[in-house]
Amino acid sequence: MAEGMTGLVHKYLRHDKKFPHIWCPGCGNGIVLGSLIRAIDRLGLDKNKVALVSGIGCSGRMTTYADFNTLHTPHGRALTFATGLKLSREDLTVIVIMGDGDATAIGGNHYIHAARRNVDMTAIIVNNQVYGMTGGQYSPTTPYGAMTTTTPYGMVEHAFDISALAVAAEASYVARCTVYHAALLDQLIESAIRRKGFSSVEVLSNCHIQFGRRNRMASPVKMLEWFKENAVRMHATSKMKPEELQGKFIIGVLADSERPSYNDEYEKVREKARGISVEPKPPARFEG
Amino acid sequence: MNRKSKDGKILLLQGNEALAEGALAAGCRFFAGYPITPASEIAEHMAMKLPAMGGTFIQMEDEIASMGAVIGASLAGVKAMTATSGPGFSLMQENIGFACMTETPCVVVDVMRGGPSTGLPTLASQGDVMQARWGTHGDHPIIVLAVSSVRDCFEIAVFAFNLSEKYRVPVIILSDEVVAHTRETFVPPSPDEIEIFNRVTPTVPPEWYIPYEDTGAGVPAMAAFGDGYRHHVTGLTHDERGFPSQRSDEIDALMRRFFRKITQGFHEIQRVETFMMDDAEIAVIAYGSVARSSRRAVIDARERGVKAGLLQLVTLFPFPRRHVEKVLQQCRAVLVPELNIGQMSREVKRVHRNSSRVETLNRLDGRLITPREIGDCLIKMYY
Repeated sequence: MAEGMTGLVHKYLRHDKKFPHIWCPGCGNGIVLGSLIRAIDRLGLDKNKVALVSGIGCSGRMTTYADFNTLHTPHGRALTFATGLKLSREDLTVIVIMGDGDATAIGGNHYIHAARRNVDMTAIIVNNQVYGMTGGQYSPTTPYGAMTTTTPYGMVEHAFDISALAVAAEASYVARCTVYHAALLDQLIESAIRRKGFSSVEVLSNCHIQFGRRNRMASPVKMLEWFKENAVRMHATSKMKPEELQGKFIIGVLADSERPSYNDEYEKVREKARGISVEPKPPARFEG
Repeated sequence: MNRKSKDGKILLLQGNEALAEGALAAGCRFFAGYPITPASEIAEHMAMKLPAMGGTFIQMEDEIASMGAVIGASLAGVKAMTATSGPGFSLMQENIGFACMTETPCVVVDVMRGGPSTGLPTLASQGDVMQARWGTHGDHPIIVLAVSSVRDCFEIAVFAFNLSEKYRVPVIILSDEVVAHTRETFVPPSPDEIEIFNRVTPTVPPEWYIPYEDTGAGVPAMAAFGDGYRHHVTGLTHDERGFPSQRSDEIDALMRRFFRKITQGFHEIQRVETFMMDDAEIAVIAYGSVARSSRRAVIDARERGVKAGLLQLVTLFPFPRRHVEKVLQQCRAVLVPELNIGQMSREVKRVHRNSSRVETLNRLDGRLITPREIGDCLIKMYY
């Protein structure tokens, strides 16, 4: 296994160029990147045909290390760039990495519209429930009551359910996982990439430095145990009462449907436009 | 459309439509935008025309997203454009900065209306000149062009794409409500009359490719995503391989190259038009719709014995200093009429060496400056 992993790292990381990475020891980002690489490898995708797009934050640095066509965009805007890319290069597999602040605060509008529009791409949201890179301020997914540097008296806002947003906007595929459940994460990312249309994989990740340290989970192990103890598989939720699900993380596939992607729909527009010989609304003109 | 013109047909187009047609003729195949008065017709025209040409139109959720999608498309190797007006232009500034930093070609049209804020959606202004130059944060090179007629809209759109592709820099086209909605007859050139420049792509094997290499021209070859040249594109200050850098020598080299590549291209980037300037003793320096009023004013003033001329600025930035200096040396007085409190006149005053007088004429009420207003000023200045 160790040999296999090293081989994969050599194959998919810019290991000779841009390391050491900037992540703290024990950070969940590495697990997410590992899962992504295993999924891409299992799918047998050509590195030249994969575009990895990220926003700003710790997770945003993933694009620096991975050896694909990589794009590190301004905060919150990754999905908009990815939309332009995918609509112009159909042959690219577009994968977008975002953080929770990235995807739901500054980029929240882009996220719901990308899901609604159903452009064929995969969004992976590394949800560590805090702004890690800037020093531990609260994000839209910080749990109620949690301590952060900007909620020194406890968080009084209620957290967004990222995946529920994507389900409501009718994304083709919506899944949630945690970095503790790495094997499941491999599978979820793989099927998300496989699914046509917009797919969203939310990954609860540990930021023991900025989040855990202020919330009695000052080590990666404690945070992973928290994920392990509070994760509930999707299929098990039907037998549980709503009050039992309070504070739990529902993991697994939350939505999976075959909807035509924006790319397919726009191809129809192109055909229709080509078929019309006379413009329906031509610019006014006269014989000169 | 070009076929129709060969048949001897003349088009009656508004500025916005001509701009869209110019962009298509230049090879634009991607448009992302958000509805806004008075720029919406550009999006509507693109939505109609692009799909049949194999291109893509998309209406995004806001102008931030539109600009992001445009850059994404350009990175995929497609010529891309967006169009907006003041409020939307403000939102686009963030991603325009990204295009500056990553040297991604793209064209942004700002059809100026009165501001600040929601301002005067249906009335003309030239209030965005300095925002076009310095709207996004940080030192950055950018090209800003102004249009004054329907013919301009078509030709400058082609010019804008060519410059953007050649210098790998965002190009802003400043139009205004009057130019945008004025309908004029126009015979479009046939495709073989239109000169088109496409970005330089790498010819070396992928393992030799250095995405931000300093070349003689200062413009590195640009590989599209998916073409086998895997590289990193980031808004962070980067080294010549595209990876984030904090080394002072690499940062300095990158920033200075940004400016050098534009400076080296001044001869073709800085475009002006002169009218009756040969023996002019006083001159009008104008751009956009005001340049048309000025042209009329110059003709009228000549009839009244005033030796007036016009220097019309097509390129606003990089500021065409040597052209302006020539006029300042030749004329004893210069008038800069503008639909703002005096944005370009400040630039004119900045380069002038007390050899002549610089007068301003400003309207801020959403109305066009009339030829008579300019003419009256010229007569006062002349006698």
